Amino acid sequence: MRNFGGKVLFLDRDDINTDEIIPARYLTEMTKTALKPYLLEDLALEEFDAARDLAGVGAIVTRANFGCGSSREHAPWALEVNDIHLVIAESFARIFRQNMFNCGLMALTLPPEAIDRLFERFGAHSTHVAVDLQRMRLNFTADGLAEQVPFTLAPFDRALIEAGGWVEYADRRY
Amino acid sequence: MGLTIAEKIFDAHRIDRPAEGIEAIRLDAVFCHEITTPIAINDLAARGKDRVFDPGRIKAVIDHVTPAKDSKTAAQGKVLRDWARRHGIADFFDIGRNGVCHALFPEKGFVRPGDTIIMGDSHTCTHGAFGAFAAGVGTTDLEVGILKGVCAFRSPETICIEITGRLPEGVFAKDVILSIIGRLGVNGATDRVIEFHGPVVDAMSMEARMTLCNMAIEAGGTCGICRPDRITVDYLWPFIESDYADRQAALEAFKRWWPDPDAVYADTLSFDVSGLEPLATFGYKPDQVRPVREMGDVAVDQVYIGSCTNGRIEDLRAAAAVLRGRRIHPAVRAILSPATPGVYRQALAEGLIEVFMTAGFCVTNPTCGACLGMSNGVLAEGEVCASTTNRNFPGRMGKGGMVHLVSPATAAATALTGRLTSAGELGH
Repeated sequence: MRNFGGKVLFLDRDDINTDEIIPARYLTEMTKTALKPYLLEDLALEEFDAARDLAGVGAIVTRANFGCGSSREHAPWALEVNDIHLVIAESFARIFRQNMFNCGLMALTLPPEAIDRLFERFGAHSTHVAVDLQRMRLNFTADGLAEQVPFTLAPFDRALIEAGGWVEYADRRY
Repeated sequence: MGLTIAEKIFDAHRIDRPAEGIEAIRLDAVFCHEITTPIAINDLAARGKDRVFDPGRIKAVIDHVTPAKDSKTAAQGKVLRDWARRHGIADFFDIGRNGVCHALFPEKGFVRPGDTIIMGDSHTCTHGAFGAFAAGVGTTDLEVGILKGVCAFRSPETICIEITGRLPEGVFAKDVILSIIGRLGVNGATDRVIEFHGPVVDAMSMEARMTLCNMAIEAGGTCGICRPDRITVDYLWPFIESDYADRQAALEAFKRWWPDPDAVYADTLSFDVSGLEPLATFGYKPDQVRPVREMGDVAVDQVYIGSCTNGRIEDLRAAAAVLRGRRIHPAVRAILSPATPGVYRQALAEGLIEVFMTAGFCVTNPTCGACLGMSNGVLAEGEVCASTTNRNFPGRMGKGGMVHLVSPATAAATALTGRLTSAGELGH
């Protein structure tokens, strides 16, 4: 299993699509590592600067319907090769969410109020999150601030993370 | 308790419930193209699992960038081509026979009512037009599909959409689905199947139904599904005539997949299209739609007709009817990409290609290319395109470009005037 957590990037917008996460013009790459420089290159979010804002980031907190649009697994891969193994959102598009767990990455859903609160309390601070899979809690910390947020993980999603992804899981089972 | 179409299909294909609410189903077909499949192929090889579950159930095409535009796209095509040869995949479509996957595979008769299909492409939902469960997936799901013929989904929930009234002249399936997405929102059907019902759907051709189902994903839907009927039978008849005594017998067999009268839906919505007018998107999300009539001040640099949404013969006919005997605006670049060689041939036979070329269109080979800004009509920074495709995301057709999604008739009228224009405004 991977390490989950790290410095948090807050993306304050609904419906961030996979074309914004990794534009189609880079889909001619056939290795994951080649995608690394292009993460969020087309993100339509004021004041976002990929070069500045992605430095050292290990997790993303965002709003509803993250990862909508194209089915490209290049989107989770682009996150993965930038050491972002965790996305926390109000909701996800189906294919993106499945792709994350299929790769052994985590796409966690929190209620809108919890997401609102994270943006309000931590959005303006340099924030870190750690995932406690035993107690099923996310531990957010920022200079002087701390908050524990409970989360749930469906049994199938947990099984995929523990198996290291869907290929190994399915090849053993079917 | 009654069942929806997707629930009936899952019941007939379920092999496992790996966890509460998750169903693993047997796949009737796995479709592949050269953008998302090569990485799956390479990964399977690296794991020592370079196998396919059934070469007869795998269909593959090079469609996104064809002919190859550079060494990288040539290499992607080569990985797919070599793999198809290595595993004896007979239904592999290369240069000369290739076209946009979601137009080509139905045309070849590869989709039947009740089928389960996955592809590493979000617009796989198109094939639900035949009463199939067809879903876009990522490369890992595709990989397992190739290896095992299996895919896992959450138990399907379905939204029932009843389309009523009478579609006005000059308003098309594209306008209907844009209006539906406008109401549902880009998140309105996430993780749900959409069943399309009602007299308007019953009267639609298979091509129009494919346009409708194609954009289910733009509302977040897993699959759009239409009930198979006589129109489905007629479309498929050349491929199934040896399987059934006659068309009526085929229809009776297909009715197995009709939803039960007491099927349980997550939501039921009704759309009366009698007052619908031609629509266009205005922002960077496909649910941002308004009447073309209100957007006449939007000047365009390019018009694109093609794609898995609107590159079929009926789409070309609708556009050509507007263009016949006219010339496009001098400030507009207009591109037609018939979606398949079959569409191209038919358009030639009907004299449509002549109409497009006389009007000033560039006619390209079948390819996905421009729709996602990969080749064949990429926009420059700040340019605007009226397009019959399915996504207007930032940068979709080229970094810094703006896309307005429209029907083929609106695209043609817009090419003539150089600003967003419906065919009706030109007297059609």
